[in-house]
Amino acid sequence: MTRWRFALPLLLFGLLVLALARGLRLDPHEVPSPLIDKPAPPFALARLDDAARTMRRDDLLGKVWVLNVWASWCEACREEQPSLLVFARSAGVPLIGLNYKDTRAQGSAWLERFGNPFDASLFDATGQVGIDFGVYGVPETFVIDKRGLIRLKLVGPLTAEAIETRIRPLLKALDV
Amino acid sequence: MSRACVAWLLALCAVAAVAKDAPPATADPVLEARMLSIAAELRCLVCQNQTLADSDASLAQDLREQIRAQLRDGADAAQVRRFMTDRYGDFVLYRPPLQASTLALWLGPGLLLAGGLTMLGSVLRRRARLSDAHFEPDRSEVLEVEGATR
Amino acid sequence: MIPELGQTALLLALAVALIQGTLPLLGAARGHEAWMRLARPAAQAQCALVTLAFVLLAGSFVRNDFSLLYVALHSNTSLPLAYRLAGVWGGHEGSLLLWLTMLCGWMLALAHFSRQIPLPVLARTLAVMGWIAAGFLLFMLATSNPFERLVPVPPDGNDLNPLLQDPGMVIHPPLLYMGYVGFSVAFAFAVAALIGGDLGTQWARWMRPWTSAAWSFLTLGILLGSAWAYSVLGWGGWWFWDPVENASFMPWLAGTALIHSLAVTEKRGAFKSWTVLLAIVAFSLSLLGTFLVRSGVLSSVHAFATDPKRGLFILVFLVVVIGGSLLLYAWRAPKLGLGARFDAVSRESMLLLNNVLFVVAMASVLLGTLYPLLLDALGLGKISVGPPYFDAVFVPLMAPVAFLMGVGPLARWKRAELPAIALRLRWAAAVSVVAALGAGWLAGRITVAASLGLWMSAWIAASIATDLWQRLGPANPAPPRARLRALPRPVLGMLLAHLGVAAFAFGVSMVKTYETERDVQMMVGDSTEVAGHVFTLQGLQRVAGPNYDAVQALIAVTREARPVTLLRPEKRVYRVQGTPMTEAAIDHGLTRDLYVSLGEPLAGGAWIVRVYCKPFVNWIWGGCLMMALGGALAASDRRYRAKQPRTAATADAHALPDAACGTVHIAGAAP
Repeated sequence: MTRWRFALPLLLFGLLVLALARGLRLDPHEVPSPLIDKPAPPFALARLDDAARTMRRDDLLGKVWVLNVWASWCEACREEQPSLLVFARSAGVPLIGLNYKDTRAQGSAWLERFGNPFDASLFDATGQVGIDFGVYGVPETFVIDKRGLIRLKLVGPLTAEAIETRIRPLLKALDV
Repeated sequence: MSRACVAWLLALCAVAAVAKDAPPATADPVLEARMLSIAAELRCLVCQNQTLADSDASLAQDLREQIRAQLRDGADAAQVRRFMTDRYGDFVLYRPPLQASTLALWLGPGLLLAGGLTMLGSVLRRRARLSDAHFEPDRSEVLEVEGATR
Repeated sequence: MIPELGQTALLLALAVALIQGTLPLLGAARGHEAWMRLARPAAQAQCALVTLAFVLLAGSFVRNDFSLLYVALHSNTSLPLAYRLAGVWGGHEGSLLLWLTMLCGWMLALAHFSRQIPLPVLARTLAVMGWIAAGFLLFMLATSNPFERLVPVPPDGNDLNPLLQDPGMVIHPPLLYMGYVGFSVAFAFAVAALIGGDLGTQWARWMRPWTSAAWSFLTLGILLGSAWAYSVLGWGGWWFWDPVENASFMPWLAGTALIHSLAVTEKRGAFKSWTVLLAIVAFSLSLLGTFLVRSGVLSSVHAFATDPKRGLFILVFLVVVIGGSLLLYAWRAPKLGLGARFDAVSRESMLLLNNVLFVVAMASVLLGTLYPLLLDALGLGKISVGPPYFDAVFVPLMAPVAFLMGVGPLARWKRAELPAIALRLRWAAAVSVVAALGAGWLAGRITVAASLGLWMSAWIAASIATDLWQRLGPANPAPPRARLRALPRPVLGMLLAHLGVAAFAFGVSMVKTYETERDVQMMVGDSTEVAGHVFTLQGLQRVAGPNYDAVQALIAVTREARPVTLLRPEKRVYRVQGTPMTEAAIDHGLTRDLYVSLGEPLAGGAWIVRVYCKPFVNWIWGGCLMMALGGALAASDRRYRAKQPRTAATADAHALPDAACGTVHIAGAAP
């Protein structure tokens, strides 16, 4: 082999540095959802405010809607309440909450205390629906289109910026 | 010291008289073992550096219960893994699936070994072809394996 | 006042490091002796300043000085003194200062134990280490200052992470860092050789003891980390292929390859450029490990709190140090000669094969560790690579290594005859197969995996016995006591280290295959049996530790109705952070560990109790300890410290003309 084989380690190192530099901007903890562009999982859950009324996934077909997973024990959920309340007023789409692994009493009390941006909250006591949606870190937010496909998933408290730059443009594109 | 021993032995005898054999921690140890062997290759999404079998996170407990339920319903390990990847993606598998994007990962070590051995072979062949002038002369006392008699 | 003093010490150390990095290097290039002579005192001054800073930080921990942000984050008044000291390296900033202190320690040692090294070489080597120190000092002063003040001063601190409040964790980081940092000496020698265009092999002889010493420390550091995980984490696991564990294992693999490669370069002058590359790679992996742990690029249980600014700084540092040295390598390595000739079948080629296997193993671990990051960076999705991958890939690579360990030491330099070796090893081959199957049968069942591991262990041990028999047995004409004394330390070290590998393989095979476990619900008075031992829950009590509250179970263990021991597993809650911790109770033994840990409490006063019997698990750490001792033994050989005789003729020295540069090298007396 020629002299150039001595440059091989340097070349490999260069490629490694490129990967590491790119890696500095990524978050190794973030888990992307495999459900994007797939149908939202079916569910039939009682409402938080009225145990007698049930809401099903298919009740919302034909509409674009936003699902927000929250819980009274979740501290980060308090952070996003102000932004959610503002969004709810001007969203133009149903904002449905999923009360994840909570008790009715604590969930309702939390909404009273911190405000209720939701058109309705669904009561998922066991967390089964959450698992079906691939929830791993409350709060999480999903945008579902008219055909019932999940188009966006955001993990972590919603910031006003995220709402403006990610959710609103998508809602527009989905022709709301 | 010995008095303590005696006291302890007496206590032990007394206890042994009424002791009962501790029941297994779970109702169905066989199912539990199957669940744990599947969960040991899954990643906890909350405590992301633990397996689903080891993690104490609430979601991990829920998912372990899911696996138990599925196994009771007759699912096999592949179906359980499918359930998990449908919801959480390949991230949840500690054993990376063999697919186009992981070919380099799974074939890499074998290819590296083959490459290394090939390079070794070519280095040895190249050295064999060069004349003695390229090499340093031997230091004869060094050639003896130290301390050996042969 | 004290923190400001510490910060000033670091600033001064930076200035000294910059001087140490430039003047001796220029002096060596121009033959300016005064500048070259600056290297030693500069190293000493730097060591003094950095040690001062370290002592001041430690003092702040001891005095509970919460006006320092770092102390407030990692300590607490109720923390026992030993752990307050451990808190010095419990976080990112302090651990960097520890790194730096270790680096200065090695620098000082090099400055002291280097009488036989020519001044230009020493000057260049210390200069390179000076640059590394300067980089770390700059990093600390710019982004990670341990002496940062906290105003207003809190009344008490955050407490040290409870996981770190364990004796093993107190010495694990220092030993580990001694290993990581120790490879910087080998790195410095390699780079100095490239800079100076040193075409001989003296640098290999100087490098060898330092590399063995660093490798021994790294082995001990990894051993302690693993043993700690086993005793503290509650389920008896001891290796998880976690990214940070891999970050310590990769330099170890490269270092092992380097030790073997150095043997050839020192004796036969061959593999010069390869050895230089390995020395650069080993230290580069240490630095890469530093980056991975602190940059947030990988998810790990060991990772320090991350900050993208820090990650970028370390990356730039990596580019300068590693990129610079590899550039130098690409430019200068072709000039290094080929060394002495050897056949395709010889000890040299077997050591080359060893190197190929270890480097491929290291590259595989690197591939697995970085692959998720690579895929994510390319936008190809997010995957996880965990123990199933590493176990599948690493273990098959080690089987040929084990085989070579038996054959290699019996091979002659320059030309070896395989049939002759095979003949000498026929007894070892037979014994190893029988022993492997026999051990499996005695243990209760024979499995393929266990038999392979047991065979590896028995093969290594049997071939060592064959080798020793050859050296010390009746064929040796020398009187018996003289035979043992005639064995040079490096050979003894090699035999001990290889035997350690055999012990390690034995422990791993036995534990992984024949471990037994019971998970039971226990009320007071209940008992369960595991591996012939009866475990009875005699009682539960509340205990209060210095900074925790715990529920402690009292478990009596008997075997055939005779008492064995009393175990006290605990479930602790550390008061300050509120974190729960399981403290397992272990009865250590040569042939087995009895391991009990508490699970969750159940309604009605019962507890989930996990009971394990782990056969021969301590052989894992015993084997690693033997490896480390072997390395230390090899490093301590007196001939490394003897000053080279300047006169041409001693009884068995030869003067060899070096064809390439016309200088004369004096060969040493001993092999």
